[in-house]
Amino acid sequence: MCGIIGLLIKPESKRSQLGEWVTPMMDCMGDRGPDSAGLAVFSPVGDGPLRRFSLFCGRPGFDWMELGKAFERDTACEAHLSAIENHGRLVSPIAPESLEKWLSREFPSVHLLSTGRSIEVYKDMGHPAEIAERYGFAGLAASHCVGHTRMATESAVSPAHAHPFTAGEDFCLVHNGSLSNPWSLRRRLEKRGVDFETDNDTEAACRFLEWRMREGESLEDALKAAFIELDGFYTLLMATAEKLVLVRDAFACKPAVVAETEDYVAVSSEFRSLAHLPGIRSAELFEPVPEEIYSWSL
Amino acid sequence: MESVAPASVDLHKLSVRRLNHFLHHEIGAASASRVEILNPNGLHNIAVGLDAPVQVDVRGHAGYFLGGMNRRARIVVHGNVGWSVAENMMSGEVRVKGFASQCAGASAHGGLLFIEGSASSRCGISLKGGDIVVGGHVGHMSAFMAQAGRLVVCGDAGAGLGDSLYEAVIYVRGKIHSLGADAREEPMAEEDLATVGQLLGRTGLDWSPREFKRVASAKTLYHWNVDADQEY
Repeated sequence: MCGIIGLLIKPESKRSQLGEWVTPMMDCMGDRGPDSAGLAVFSPVGDGPLRRFSLFCGRPGFDWMELGKAFERDTACEAHLSAIENHGRLVSPIAPESLEKWLSREFPSVHLLSTGRSIEVYKDMGHPAEIAERYGFAGLAASHCVGHTRMATESAVSPAHAHPFTAGEDFCLVHNGSLSNPWSLRRRLEKRGVDFETDNDTEAACRFLEWRMREGESLEDALKAAFIELDGFYTLLMATAEKLVLVRDAFACKPAVVAETEDYVAVSSEFRSLAHLPGIRSAELFEPVPEEIYSWSL
Repeated sequence: MESVAPASVDLHKLSVRRLNHFLHHEIGAASASRVEILNPNGLHNIAVGLDAPVQVDVRGHAGYFLGGMNRRARIVVHGNVGWSVAENMMSGEVRVKGFASQCAGASAHGGLLFIEGSASSRCGISLKGGDIVVGGHVGHMSAFMAQAGRLVVCGDAGAGLGDSLYEAVIYVRGKIHSLGADAREEPMAEEDLATVGQLLGRTGLDWSPREFKRVASAKTLYHWNVDADQEY
């Protein structure tokens, strides 16, 4: 099954409530995906050269502060490090490729989950309600987010296989469904120098879209190409620093429902995870149709 | 007849399992001819398996399988429904004031399913004798392999309408995006006009039956054709 959720809050004054509104959505969709969960939230890190890097280390008792000190010593870059559970957040002007090289050399057990000037990704194994509690999702403030609750069918249950998947900067994707041709897609991308981190089918879709965008296409045009290239079942929910984008494949076997009010756009696999949202009784509700691109900008 | 105050069940306070137990086993004892369900909040399996001449009003949006296997009851949803509303209905009536997600009325043997809004894909899939009236549009692959019964669509029909139909008949007022394998448009006979008029009359819709097209099976798939070379 798997569950997908997404929320974009329109007025700036209400963005402090994102965590409070989205956490019950994730808890409820735990029924559709109890193995693992993840959430990507977007809020600008500020002007200038700073980027936010989300890091993950599954080793119990890992000393994040030591990583911060070693980073400043080795790279001579400014670093603001904070950590919660298995997740570390590094804010620094370092170039992403330099950080990746440094991490693989000095801290090979630490994985880079996301890179950008707005994105932050949390993901881990366990029931989504428990993950939301551990990582304090209810206290998150951001303009928009996408989340996922996973019931694994085609590759291992691990933090790396949990969604959202990211590629490039400030882009992530969650997927309900399964792809039939991820390996052929992947072989074609690998020939063009695209690196993969897992054997998960969704990662192929994520990297395909990011590669098209890097080649100059908009996400919407990349999705038109994906309708031709991706074989399988999917409802895909994506986010960039500026927008949420939703599509369903031609057969539309995987569910999605959208609720929009003047305060928010909320997306979920099922209506019941939206029932608690303020103003839901008067929200405009609809089911997205197959192969139509729905996009909501900030 | 003396009117009976509706029994009210709040799904904030009671589980769906408890509600359905009440509807299956206690409704006679409570002598309630009407039951009102509050706070459905998209929950699944509400009012499934009823077998009593009771009226059920669902105040809000329901999840999957609402009114499944219904016999005799009249269920009105004052909101939208998720997948497979009135699946395998045997008799009675299910009315949805909003829209329905996919597989509405799947395999229904009898009764009337009326969706005032639109229904998404696979509406009336494998229909086995029930009647479905949709006030808006239906999505792709509607009435796939439908065996008996009628599907009346007041709006447009999505791609692959009536693929591999048996004896069920479809009436569409709007545009048909495309017909499925072995489905064909046929002229409306007097009997068809009467059928559509009677079904619209039951739902309170006042379209003229003359605006509808009839879609039925061309029956080329009824017998194995060795020369077809799998080219359907």
